[in-house]
Amino acid sequence: MAQMNMKEAIRDAMRVELTRDPNVLIFGEDVGNVGGVFRVTEGLQKEFGEERIFDTPLAESAIGGLAFGLGVQGFRPIAEIQFVGFIFEALDQIVIQAARLRWRSGGRYNAPVVFRTPFGGGVKAAELHTDSLEGLIAQSPGIKVVIPSNPYDAKGLLIASIRDNDPVFFMEHLNLYHAFRAEVPEGEYTVELGKANVVREGTDVSIITYGLMVHTATKAADQLEKDGIKAEIIDLRTVSPIDIDTIVASIKKTNRAIVVQEAQKSSGVAAEVIAQINEKALLHLEAPVLRVAGPDTIFPFAQIEDSWIPTPARVIAAVKKVMEF
Amino acid sequence: MTRVPYEVYTEDVEALSVLSPDGEVINKEMMPDLTDDQLKEIMYRMVFTRTWDDRAVNLGRQGRLGFYAPVSGQEATMIGSEFALQKEDFVCPGYRDIPQLVWHGLPLYQAFLYSRGHQHGGQIPEGVNVLMPQIIIGAQILHATGIAMGFKLKKQANVAITYTGDGGSSEGDFYEGLNYAGAFKLPVIFFVQNNGYAITTPFAKQTAAKSIAHKAVAAGIPGIKIDGMDVFAVISAVQQAAERARKGEGATLIEAVTYRFRPHSLSDDASKYRSKEEEGQWNEKDPIARLAKYLEKKGLWTEEDTLRVREEAKATVNEQIKKAEQTEKMTIPGLIDSMFEVTPKHLEEQKADFE
Ligand SMILES: Cc1ncc(C[n+]2csc(CCOP(=O)(O)OP(=O)(O)O)c2C)c(N)n1
Repeated sequence: MAQMNMKEAIRDAMRVELTRDPNVLIFGEDVGNVGGVFRVTEGLQKEFGEERIFDTPLAESAIGGLAFGLGVQGFRPIAEIQFVGFIFEALDQIVIQAARLRWRSGGRYNAPVVFRTPFGGGVKAAELHTDSLEGLIAQSPGIKVVIPSNPYDAKGLLIASIRDNDPVFFMEHLNLYHAFRAEVPEGEYTVELGKANVVREGTDVSIITYGLMVHTATKAADQLEKDGIKAEIIDLRTVSPIDIDTIVASIKKTNRAIVVQEAQKSSGVAAEVIAQINEKALLHLEAPVLRVAGPDTIFPFAQIEDSWIPTPARVIAAVKKVMEF
Repeated sequence: MTRVPYEVYTEDVEALSVLSPDGEVINKEMMPDLTDDQLKEIMYRMVFTRTWDDRAVNLGRQGRLGFYAPVSGQEATMIGSEFALQKEDFVCPGYRDIPQLVWHGLPLYQAFLYSRGHQHGGQIPEGVNVLMPQIIIGAQILHATGIAMGFKLKKQANVAITYTGDGGSSEGDFYEGLNYAGAFKLPVIFFVQNNGYAITTPFAKQTAAKSIAHKAVAAGIPGIKIDGMDVFAVISAVQQAAERARKGEGATLIEAVTYRFRPHSLSDDASKYRSKEEEGQWNEKDPIARLAKYLEKKGLWTEEDTLRVREEAKATVNEQIKKAEQTEKMTIPGLIDSMFEVTPKHLEEQKADFE
């Protein structure tokens, strides 16, 4: 086992798959020579050559379409969209073209492509570099949306995504790239897509979350424990599809839940989680399920992002509210 | 069989210069008509901007600015192109094009606020015809097209100018903008600052076209390639494009070949993709040194003038950054209230989480 941060684990996943499968390709803006603006693909071009890891001209729609076409040809492209805000340029190719290919062709073609993109606030990046757009993609049928919260999951989930025969949208939180190191096995292993992880066991309330917010929830749970409240934390890992079974099992135990996401409150992943809880576990609830999320505004400019992004204190407040309901 | 004249489209075109590197006018026909005062004003703005860029890089390193894309080396393209416009003309910039905004009327402290991530940075004062800097590469090209159509519909003899880089010329938005402007004959100037790199990607990997100016051909508008380290070539090209536009003759694409002396942004290390040798070669073409040589020969500028402007610029930057720092901080309730003209009920409720 090696100690890796999330960036290294993601790079390692790509290296493993590039080695194993000659059909794996990586491309995007600036990913080649210097390894991308975050150096996630650093060194891979040297190792695997310019035919397999290459820079594209600056055109996201073309990046999406290239991935689609190469997928049709049997390749397994990993296309990097440099920052999440730029996926809009490629949205037609991602959510209309790639996500519909299997269905439109009656199964004749598929798009085994991975779109990787960094996202997430708290790093004082420029406008449109940070927004949490997972809800937008998750609403599109035919594409899976994966958001790892730690290096081990990141590597296993990315390998599983590359091997998946349908398109996967893989989102990497900027604030997790270098946040900490963890044990990551060398070589191949996968973490199943669509399977949540109970990262902390508890009996009093379920905190359902993903990505960076897993860590915010953990901080809150540490504090809550001092007050005698045992929170169970579920890391969704895949926000589309959602692993409702793991959530329901947890709620059966705790009878209370909150959902924490960095994204804006309305119409997103948290709303979907709660809708599914209503469908499958309503009678196990002792209190309404609350959301802790960003407000329904544009992701704010850097100056006040720290007060915009959900904090442990806001998570604690929501937990107390459902406990006292 | 008639031979198709492929070479028209595939050969590189020479970038037009007016001033030689040692400050001689080598292209009298293209020399813009400028008074001595105007010449000094242009030089003033270029020196001022260089100093402000130096300071901005330092302020960025000290954490007093946020996202900032350096401009040194591109003073001729930025200042020359703006100088060739009228106040009512509209400037639609990319993220690097802050000098054009400031010289077109945006207060410097607001440019700093924009960089620091404060909403007020984008609240353009009444009467200043500029958009805020655009992050989405290429989007501003389409905005300019719409703004130009507005001028046309209002029968106003003004132009919209929009800026992007060599990288930006690959975006779909770029082609769509050019094509619309051609089809609707709109008064817009597409100004591409080809500084050789899009972050790390060199021009040769950006396009197989020998020049960006060629891309005008497919849109049916004129394209021209000029020396972007030569402020007179820039002024001349933009003046003429603006003249065409004002007369109802439509859009023009201008490719200006230039160089950014510093890395792409403050978080980028140019040594990973550019050689010292290349940087040195471009240093010799410094647009400020070149204009200085011309002006010194005419007795219009001295070394002392440069020093004086630098001091003045430093003082202004200090004062404006302080003003930015003293501007009241944004708040989340304030942010919520700025989403809609009338704040909807659910947003009113959300404010409670932040009070
Ligand atoms: C739609 C979109 N894609 C990607 C980016 C990220 N990005 C910012 S600057 C840049 C390179 C731009 O190069 P160029 O257009 O040549 O302008 P320069 O910075 O060299 O002036 C890229 C890829 C972005 N801001 N917007």
